[in-house]
Parts: sequence; structure tokens; C-alpha cells
Amino acid sequence: MVGAEHFLLLSAVLFALGAAGVVIRRNVIVMFMSIELMLNAANLAFVAFAQRLGNIDGQTMVFFVMTVAAAEAAVGLAVFLALFRTRETLNVDEIGLLKG
Amino acid sequence: MDAHHTEHAVVAVTVVGYLRWIPLLPFAAMLFHALFGRVAGRKAVGVVACAAVGASFLLAVRAFLQLGSGGGVLSDVVYRWIDAGGLTADVAMAIDPLSAVMCLVITGVGFLIHVYSTGYMAHDPDYARYFAYLNLFTASMLVLVLGDSLPLMFVGWEGVGLCSYLLIGFWYTDPAKADAGKKAFVVNRVGDAGFIIGMAVLFWGMAAAGHASLRFADINAAAATLPTGVTLAAALLLFVGATGKSAQLPLFVWLPDAMAGPTPVSALIHAATMVTAGVYMVARLSGLYTAAPEALSVVAVVGAVTAFGAASVGLVQNDIKKVLAYSTVSQLGYMFLALGVGAFGAAIFHVMTHAFFKALLFLGAGSVIHGLHEEQDIRRMGALRSRMPVTWATFLVGTIAIAGIPGLAGFFSKDEILAATYDKGAIGLWVMGVATATMTAFYMTRLLVLTFYGEFRGYHHKWEHAHESPVSMTSALCVLALLSIVGGYVGVPAVLGGGNHFGHYLAPVVGHHELHLSHSTELVLMAISIGAAVLGMGTAWFIYGRSPRADEAFAARAAGVHGLLSNAYYVDRTYDRTIVAGTVRSGEALWKRVDVAIIDGAANALAATVRAFGGSWRAWAGGNVQGYALSLFVGVVVVLILMLAGAGG
Repeated sequence: MVGAEHFLLLSAVLFALGAAGVVIRRNVIVMFMSIELMLNAANLAFVAFAQRLGNIDGQTMVFFVMTVAAAEAAVGLAVFLALFRTRETLNVDEIGLLKG
Repeated sequence: MDAHHTEHAVVAVTVVGYLRWIPLLPFAAMLFHALFGRVAGRKAVGVVACAAVGASFLLAVRAFLQLGSGGGVLSDVVYRWIDAGGLTADVAMAIDPLSAVMCLVITGVGFLIHVYSTGYMAHDPDYARYFAYLNLFTASMLVLVLGDSLPLMFVGWEGVGLCSYLLIGFWYTDPAKADAGKKAFVVNRVGDAGFIIGMAVLFWGMAAAGHASLRFADINAAAATLPTGVTLAAALLLFVGATGKSAQLPLFVWLPDAMAGPTPVSALIHAATMVTAGVYMVARLSGLYTAAPEALSVVAVVGAVTAFGAASVGLVQNDIKKVLAYSTVSQLGYMFLALGVGAFGAAIFHVMTHAFFKALLFLGAGSVIHGLHEEQDIRRMGALRSRMPVTWATFLVGTIAIAGIPGLAGFFSKDEILAATYDKGAIGLWVMGVATATMTAFYMTRLLVLTFYGEFRGYHHKWEHAHESPVSMTSALCVLALLSIVGGYVGVPAVLGGGNHFGHYLAPVVGHHELHLSHSTELVLMAISIGAAVLGMGTAWFIYGRSPRADEAFAARAAGVHGLLSNAYYVDRTYDRTIVAGTVRSGEALWKRVDVAIIDGAANALAATVRAFGGSWRAWAGGNVQGYALSLFVGVVVVLILMLAGAGG
């Protein structure tokens, strides 16, 4: 029987992978995908708890997260496109423009 | 000998409303030149400048006539100026016999010099600026003599100092002239510091004695009741101010350099009016100075030494204006000698006659310089009598007047001073005065001969273009020459059958100095001073008439003495090496040791500390977003572990 614990464990593993990706990788698109991974790990945790507790609030929250993530993806990809046109790179170490 | 106490009886005060316009008219003219001078054009500027001073002169005449000879006071209180603590001061003008004489001299001679300037400055591009300064000067000088309290006098005192600075440095593109202006300003500041401190001491003493006032009338009335320490300190400190403004030892060094200004300025400011401000101030405070006899002795000695020293320097100067400058210093010394022996009236008499003949001589020198296209060296002049007859004739009158030949203005005033000095028993000072008279006659005759007689020794083309000055200039010369002749007859002494009307006119303000000499002694003294003048003139005529280059022989034979005199006893150089160099050196020390090392050092040390502290935290804000993210995750993990451990415990 696959219980809530398994889902949560998977969620934790996915979250950790996403966090590691954000910290380690230098390509902004990969970092962005890692953030999506972290968001979806959180979604998985929400769904798991919702089912376990018989309360659909968690599932509702997932829809919000997915909506926001979609919007974020649209804005983020537009920024990367503009950035690549001007800088011809997507390496975060080379585009630290706000660094003092 | 009994003291010559000034009468301070209650005097009749008449309130009149027009006194304020005497200084206000030139001031308004100054505003006109400053605001509209460029658009109005030269002609309008010249007319407004002369008309304003002329109108002031007419008002001064009106005041003089209304005052009469009764010794009252005309007063015009404009408004309450200062009301702070115990001190109240009004902007109030007062005309008494003393300020009436000064006002007439300032506006009268001033008017002539304004007229002369319209010719002298005709080709100057900064015509309006020149007349703005000149009118502002006249206004300030009138405030100085009309103000009825020390603070208001100080306003005029500073005003004339400012105008003097502006006019000496009028051609400011020449660094030497700009420097001369600065020098005059700085040296005058030294004196002004004494003036301010003296004023403060006097007010403190007056307030302690229950008369918290700085009006001249109150000061003179209360001076005898003040503690002697206060009167002595105040009198000496105010005299320091007078030595600055009136170019006496040790602060005379600015006046010879002041000749960098336009020549009419030298005539008006540095000969006829501003430099007499110190004399006027001491005479105005005659009550205070009479109450401090030691201060008066200092005044007399400083005056006599200055008169003698400056006259000896004048013997060997080669710049026509420098000769007259040292002559002015010397004549001012005479005036202070007169003040010092208590003959306040004689000092003011000499102020007046000196204003006439020294303005005449300066304007004559200006006419020569103008006619020879800016030539000032008398070694390159000569024979100008034929080319400039009016200038020659008037200059001759001025020379005779200053030399002290009987019948002209200078004789009466100078003789009164010498007689008063002898009468006081100061034989040493009297001898210096007579020696000064001889030297005065000598250097003036030398100047006259080298400029107007003999052969022309300059460049040929200058002689070709040498011309008499325009009528605006020569007319002023003629009027001043006339005044130099008749100006002395208001003060003919009793021994010559005169009534010394001038002395009696001033007596209600400054007291009358009665001579205790017998008539025969007085006549002998007079004969001696005439002999001194004739001796000086004759010697100079003999030496320079025969050989215009006699100075070179003298310089070769007595190089030490000649160097000493032509460098004015090296006073300037001594000041440069001690005070000026000392100031520069201490300034440098303050700059390098205090400013750079301590003040900048403290600021830099503070900055370095902050920087070092910040540096240790720098790695945490390196701008690497992933670094921030890692810290965030590590922090969250740590917090989670702690929370879980807490929940578990």
C-alpha cells in the first residue's frame, strides 16, 4: 500500500533536487526549471495531505500554485529572451548587472 | 601748564530733516551707476555723479549757514538702529562746527575731483564702475563724519576702507595693482581690530559707570569720570585704528602702494579725505583723549616720528606719486602731532588746508601723467612748464603752500602746529617738526624743478605728444589753487593781527588751545619755520636747478643712506620677512600639521575603520544570487532541525 509517507518522501527528494539545481547550475533556464521542480514538489505534498486528511483545500491551493507558476514561466521566459538578445549569454555569473 | 579742557556745556540741538540727504544723494548716485550705468552712457553717469556730490555740497553749505557760529548742533535722527542689551544706537546725523568743516571739505574738494575725473577717466572702459565707487566713497565718508556715535562712524569707517580697496585695485587685471588693494585692505583690518576692541572697552567702561551709550557727546562728557585705565586703554586702541586709516607708524605701509589707483582717487581718498579720518576721530573724541594724557603723548610722538621719517623718505623717491604719497604720510604726522599736544583745532585746520593743497598737487601730478601718457618717473620729465602752463602754475602754488611760505594756506596751519608743540614744552618734537618742514620744502621743490624746469629727459615721442589737460581737469586745478592761497586766512593767528576765526569756530567742540607764549617768542618761532622752508626750497633749487641728476651722485657717495631712504627704512621688507613670512609659515604648519595630519587624519581613520569592519562582511553580499539561495536553504534546514528537535524533546 502506498501511503502518504511515500508521497511526502518523494516530495522531499524532488524539493531537494530542485534546491540543489538552483544553487549549483549556472544556466538561468535550468535554474528556472529547478524552481518549477521545487514548486511541483510542494504541489505533491499539498495533494498528499489533502487526500490523507479528506480536505480539498490543499488541492485548491495546487491550482493557485500552477496558475502562478504558469504566469511566472511566461514572464521569466520573456525576460530570458530579452536578456539573451542583448547579452548573448544565459550564464548567471555573466549577467550580475545589479551587483554593486 | 593747565589742561585745555573741552567745554561740554549743554548745547542747543536743532532738529532738521535734510542732513540724511547729504550722504544719501551720493549713495543714490552710486545705485544709479550700478544699475543703469551701462545703458545710460558716459555723459549721464558723469553728470549724475557730479550733480549728486554738488547737491550734497549745497546741503552742507545750508547746514553750515544754519548752524552759524554759536556752537549749537543740528541733528537728524533717522531711526533706532541697535537696541540690544544695554546698548542703544540710532542712525543719527549731527552737524556741529567740527563735522561742518569736514563735510564742506569732503563735498567741496570731492566735487572738484569728480569733475576732474570726468576728464581724467574719459577713455576708461569702466567709467560707470569708477563713478559708482567714487560716489559710494563720498557717501561713506559723509556717514563717517556725520554719524553722532562710534558705531555709526564705524560703518562709514569700514565703507571708506572698502572703497579704498576697490579703487586702488580698480585696474585689477594688473596683479601688482590688485595686490596693492589687498595690502591696503589687510593693513587697515589690523587697525580696525584695534578700533573695535577700543569701542568695546569704552562701552564696557561707560556701562559700568552708568552711561551705557556710545554717542560722542556722552563719551566726551563722561570721559573725565571714567577710571583712568579704561580711558587710556580705549584711547590707545582707538588710536591703533587711526594709525591704520591715517597711515601712521607702524601701519603706514599701505599708503605708498595705494598710488596704484587712478590719480584722482589718490587725490580724494589717499590725500584729502579718507586718510584724515583718524585725525577726525581723535578730534571728535577730544574729551576722551584729554582725559588720557598718556595716550595723547603717544599720539604726539607717533605723529612727530612719522612726519620726520616719511619726509626723509620723500627726499629720494623718483615716482611723482610716491613723493606725494610720503608727503601725505608726513603731513598726517603733523596733524597727529597737533592732536597729541592738545591743539585739536590746529589739527583740523591742517586737515583742511592740506586737503586743498595736497588734492591740488595730486591732481597736478595726474595732469602731468595724463599729458605724458602714463609717465610717472620724474627722472624722465623736465621742461614741462612750456607745454603745460596751467598745470605748472597751479603746481607751483601747491608747492609754495605745502612748503610753508607765508601768505599761503600751509604756512598758517603748519605754524600753528609748531607753535603749539613748542608751547607744550616738547622741544624735541618741535625740532623734528622744523626739520620735517625743511625736508618738505626740499622734496617738493625737487619735484617741481625736475618736472617743470630744465631739459626734457624722457623719450622724444613723449615730448612731441605732451599736451595740456582738458578744461574739466584744469578748472579743478585752478579752483584748488585759489583755495590753497586763501584757505589759510580763516585762521590767521593773533600775533599777525588775525583773530584765528577757525580756532574759535571749532572751540565749542574741541576746546581752544590758548598759547602761553609771548608775542616775541611766537614771532621768533615763526621766523624759524619760515627760515626752514626757505632753506629747504633754496637748497633744492640750487642742487636740482644745476644738475637734475644730482641723486645719482648722492647714491654713489652714500649708498647706505640712499638705500635706507629709498626703501623707506626697509619697513616693508622687515614686515615681509617677519609678519608676512611668519603668517605664511604658521599657515603652512597649520595646513600640514593640523589640517592634513589631525583633522583629515581623524576623518580618514574613521572611514578606514568602517571600511575594515564592512570588509569582513563583504563576502556575504557579493551579488551572487545562488550564494544567497544556498544560505537561505541552509538557514531553513537549520531552523527546521532545531524545530523538529524541539518538538521531539
